[in-house]
Amino acid sequence: MITLNVNGHTHEVDADPATPLLYVLRNDLKLNGAKFGCGLGQCGACTVMVDGEAVYSCLTPILLLQGRSIKTLEGLGTAERPGPLQQAFIDEQAAQCGYCIPGMIMRAQALLERNPSPSDEQIRTHMNAGLCRCGTHMRILRAVHRASKTMQGAIPGAKRA
Amino acid sequence: MLKNRVIEPIEPVKHTRPWKIILVLIGALVIAMTWTMDRLASFASAGSPPPGTDATYDQTLVAKGAWLAAIGNCNTCHTASNGRTFAGGRPLPTPFGTIYATNITPDRETGIGSWSASDFLRAMHQGIDRDGRDLYPAFPYDHFTHVADEDVNAIYAFLMTRDPVRAKTPANRILVPRPAISVWKALYLKPGPLAPDATHDANWNRGRYLVDGLAHCGGCHTPRNVLGAEKEREDLAGGTVEGWRAPALNEASPAPSLWTAEQLVAYLRTGFDAAHGTAAGAMAPVAHNLSTVPEAEVKAIAVYIAARMGASAGARATAAGNAPDGQGAASGERSAGGEDAPPADARQAKDGEAIYRTACADCHDGGRRGIALGYSTSMTDTTPANLIRVTLDGIHPREGEKGEVMPAFRGALDDAQLASLIAFLRARFSHAPPWQDIGGEVAKAKRERESEDRKSS
Amino acid sequence: MNAKASSAGFGRQTSGPGLRLSRREFVAGAGALVVSFALLPRLAAAQAAQEVRAPVLPGSLKDTPLLDAWIRVDADGTITVFTGKVEFGQGIKTALVQLAAEELVVGPARIRLITADTSRTPNEGYTAGSNSMKDSGTAIMNAAAQVREILVGMAATRFNVPADSLVVEDCRVRAADGRNVAYAELVAGQSLHVTAQPRSRLRDPTSRTVFGKALRRLDIPGKVTGAVAYVQDLRLPNMAHARAVRPPSYGARLRSLDSSAAEKMPGVLKVVRDGSFLAVVAEGEYQAIGAMRLLGRGATWDETVTLSPKTDLYAELQSLPHDDYQIRGDASASAKAWSVESSYRRPYQMHAAIGPSCAVALYDGGKLTVWTHSQGVYPLKGAITELLRLPPDSVRCIHMEGSGCYGHNAADDAAADAALIAVAIPGRPVRVQWMREHEHLWEPFGSAMLTSAKATLDAQGTITDWQFDVWSGTHSSRPGQAGNLAAAWLLQSPFALPTPKPIPQPEGGGDRNAVPLYDIANTRIVHHFIPKMPLRVSALRSLGAYMNVFSIESFMDELALAAKLDPVTFRLRHLKDTRAQDVIRLAAERFGWNGFQQRESGKRLGRGFAFARYKNLGAYAAVAMEVDVDRERGRIDVVRVVAAVDSGDVVNPDGIRNQIEGGIVQSLSWSLYESVAFDDTRVTSRDWSSYPIMRFASVPQSIDVHIIERPGTPFLGTGEAAQGPAAAALANALASAVGVRIRELPLTSKRVKAAIGV
Repeated sequence: MITLNVNGHTHEVDADPATPLLYVLRNDLKLNGAKFGCGLGQCGACTVMVDGEAVYSCLTPILLLQGRSIKTLEGLGTAERPGPLQQAFIDEQAAQCGYCIPGMIMRAQALLERNPSPSDEQIRTHMNAGLCRCGTHMRILRAVHRASKTMQGAIPGAKRA
Repeated sequence: MLKNRVIEPIEPVKHTRPWKIILVLIGALVIAMTWTMDRLASFASAGSPPPGTDATYDQTLVAKGAWLAAIGNCNTCHTASNGRTFAGGRPLPTPFGTIYATNITPDRETGIGSWSASDFLRAMHQGIDRDGRDLYPAFPYDHFTHVADEDVNAIYAFLMTRDPVRAKTPANRILVPRPAISVWKALYLKPGPLAPDATHDANWNRGRYLVDGLAHCGGCHTPRNVLGAEKEREDLAGGTVEGWRAPALNEASPAPSLWTAEQLVAYLRTGFDAAHGTAAGAMAPVAHNLSTVPEAEVKAIAVYIAARMGASAGARATAAGNAPDGQGAASGERSAGGEDAPPADARQAKDGEAIYRTACADCHDGGRRGIALGYSTSMTDTTPANLIRVTLDGIHPREGEKGEVMPAFRGALDDAQLASLIAFLRARFSHAPPWQDIGGEVAKAKRERESEDRKSS
Repeated sequence: MNAKASSAGFGRQTSGPGLRLSRREFVAGAGALVVSFALLPRLAAAQAAQEVRAPVLPGSLKDTPLLDAWIRVDADGTITVFTGKVEFGQGIKTALVQLAAEELVVGPARIRLITADTSRTPNEGYTAGSNSMKDSGTAIMNAAAQVREILVGMAATRFNVPADSLVVEDCRVRAADGRNVAYAELVAGQSLHVTAQPRSRLRDPTSRTVFGKALRRLDIPGKVTGAVAYVQDLRLPNMAHARAVRPPSYGARLRSLDSSAAEKMPGVLKVVRDGSFLAVVAEGEYQAIGAMRLLGRGATWDETVTLSPKTDLYAELQSLPHDDYQIRGDASASAKAWSVESSYRRPYQMHAAIGPSCAVALYDGGKLTVWTHSQGVYPLKGAITELLRLPPDSVRCIHMEGSGCYGHNAADDAAADAALIAVAIPGRPVRVQWMREHEHLWEPFGSAMLTSAKATLDAQGTITDWQFDVWSGTHSSRPGQAGNLAAAWLLQSPFALPTPKPIPQPEGGGDRNAVPLYDIANTRIVHHFIPKMPLRVSALRSLGAYMNVFSIESFMDELALAAKLDPVTFRLRHLKDTRAQDVIRLAAERFGWNGFQQRESGKRLGRGFAFARYKNLGAYAAVAMEVDVDRERGRIDVVRVVAAVDSGDVVNPDGIRNQIEGGIVQSLSWSLYESVAFDDTRVTSRDWSSYPIMRFASVPQSIDVHIIERPGTPFLGTGEAAQGPAAAALANALASAVGVRIRELPLTSKRVKAAIGV
């Protein structure tokens, strides 16, 4: 049994410790956010946060995660009360098929928690590890930029995390 | 390039003994003399008139200059991270402060547009700029001084036909005053070409000419002394550049197996050799440049370097039939991981072997991706610096280009897990003694990366 | 012929507040309305006879004429709309809801949309060719309008007032005196089981409330908060996980298999083998992956050399057996004095969807249900029925979204795998997820293509003669037939890959957009169709249009240069189509074409322009692009893009913008980086490291899309309009920046450097 802390909740997971976090999140914990895109750490669709850093959940065995803090898309907010990044992606309509978007949001969240007011260049560089095949890049960048303003309270009336 | 090492500060002179004052005066006199001789030398070959704005250059010469400049890696230093090629502005950290690489596009105001061919030759051979000032030896003219005039002229023709870019080079922030460079030159600059070695063939000699001259491999791959100069007697014995370990390329080479010239050619031109690994970190741009150079030139470099490494432990192991079998060090041990090993246990979260088996073996052991770690030079070198950096930040090809990808494990492994893993890999995949203070090396790598990120933001 | 008898309300000229007559005439249908075929057979026969002479029903209504196949109003007030089309990120779900909401006069939140399901929805074939709005949108819009009219008629009868005195609002019909009734109450039994009429009384375009608005996508909130959104997220009770072991190459055969090790692994339920088709089923997903690897190691394959990587791909294309179709002109080729001649090249390129294909299947009680992201669930149903040799109507295919597919990718193949495995473990749902390498190596690619363009200019710079040849493999090998499923070739009793036939003009496949929209006196256009290609090929977004428009629009710039005319002016001079002229002018103006400054220290700036009308039937798109070329790196930096598009009547402008932006970025990725690589046995582009695509570092600084709205005109589609023009604009901008033209895709940095020289 491995104890995982996901979005602030503790879960006892009965899975082989070699199992990558992605499959535990999806199949054991029934969380849909992190997605299978390549299983090779090349596309970022599986991105979650561990101890504040963006991490490829497809390559991280749960063996490594005992006692560490895991955050997924579901931990940022709900459809009824989306978090700032989620709201920004909705406001910018930053999705076509949407499959890469959870990974993009988590990658952006890791950036904004560390650097709340990144420049456009910094956003581009940081997000570069994430692939989008539909070509939604422009909107994704705008959404991250928008969220950084919201999270700093620059936009009045915006929801806080 | 000057080695990244801490220099102890000079203690303030308080109650000075007379003999100390005499030493300081002698030192100042030496500097004054060498500076004067240096100034006289530069005056003797004063700058010539600038080229006309309509100057033309022979196209064959320009093409030759292009690949020579690629061998010289001019673009790597003289290009800022978001800047145009050759327009300078890239900061080069040294123990003495930060130097900014200059704009070598033919812009007349901010580049070398008003430099004549002989100005350029003087800079390459003597380390003196058009205005007669000494250049800091971060510009490796101690190597370029060996480059034949005709090759320097070809590079000049190439540079003068690039697009001029208006970009003023930022001022250096360096503690050493320029006059002191004359001392350095007196001690370490050995101008002039190298005499060919008749005991070796033309290819080897061409290789040595390129390696010691334009390619300035020793600039990274040779250890440096306290004044930042390469240690002549330890040529190609290994060095450090911006945190990355440049392994020894002589008989001290840590490569676990022989480097043949063919393997070196493949590595230098594609950035990858299955029996040795990937050109990562500071070596990546070198391989990228060499991919544009005629194969014969790269072959010459490879022949020379392979010969220099001929007596290394790895070469001898291969000759004796003891090269790694790809699964581990050549001791006949069964590979870690695989179906016979017991399943990992939660308690082994900090256990290097369990980490390897669950996070690494799937690619590296199964032959799916990357190299079998028993072949990797990173395992056997004197420091875990490269292994740590590659594990933290991965290996990625350039935008739009194909190439091996190693994902970044920075967030997945915490510092303790990374240290355990590195220690395990060293033990499992090499015969070399354990690295000391891996935890300290991990912290250092992370600090250096943070300061790089800060500088580029 | 205004019928008055029917209580259903058709045939009445009704008007009233909120129901202004549209520009379209309200025309009564041909004869009386049939309430139910079953009840009035004689009338039904009369109707059937009249329908033979009757005008065609709009959109997909012509294949599915019953209104309640499209729209249901339940007793509890739920309004359900059915479509045979599917969502894959193009925003169709939202657009269709908007159309229905507009004509039914209800808020979009009241509508539940059901997408393609062979047991529930109309059969609209494939969601492809940018036809969804034209086919399904038109059908739903008209069906909704006609349903509204029926309900109003029912209310008029109930209240005994003229229909034109009634007002419709939010699911209720109100009389002037305040009496009102809900839709749900009005509808009873078979009331909507009626055949549609050819014309509808559509709402006035000038008073639209939701049609034409940038309504936010209904699916995005769920997708950004972790809802079950894709077939990859589907979890059924007792579901098992499977992985296929794919052969190493085309033509590989399984010689021997030792599955003992894999079978002993924890959680493994079964190894499935049928000929060379190999798969393993396990309780857990990661267990299935481990078992797949082990099973792969226990398999030995006989491979055959089938590919010729050393040969010039384009010389090979011309040497393969081909059928020639002259699609324009009747003269044979004559030796003319051509002013300009050029040829262009495009390698195999792949869909490479970010989410590899996935499907879930359950075989229970002789019935097979497959959840799939296939673009065509009805044709897939037929193919799977054939593949498994099942009795007809024992297969149901239900669409659930996958990631963007951009055409015929491996979705159908994953469904076939799931079906084959499901019948091996009856009673348990099984989920099959393709691995990244499987998707890259086995999906059908966009065909390699070669084109040749020749033209003559007269003294005024007008094109007088034009000859265009295109060599291409098929752009459609969709199932349909079982032999188009990858698993089918591997079975003990395999199905052969059917010989493809070209998609006829005016839509075309490899010859899509091979006919320029320009007015040219003499043209001769030949499509050299290659039925047998060395790599597996099928439909990739825009089909042949990407390459043909790249070729033609690059060639137009070459001709403009020869004529010494500005490229935009040159194009306008050869177009009489005013909508084409409008998009060209708008893009040029918004880009600042005439005032473009090319001088900036250290930069090599260039501007490029291109235009096409997709299929010469669909949307009009013009793209203007600014680039900065880094000569030393050979890098084309796309600075900004400005596009103008005319998609006809606009349901959701943001949806159009999103599709055009995305189409431009995707086209830039294809055009700068992408080509499938292979050795003599197998494809070697197996993942993102060996098939790089565009990343954030290289996307333009800005993309602006300007839409010309044409209310009341037919829907023209949008999803495939930008790809061809973006590619040509890029090549034209490169030529503008550095004076060299590259005619071979992709425009890699190596090619650019080589073309510019030192």
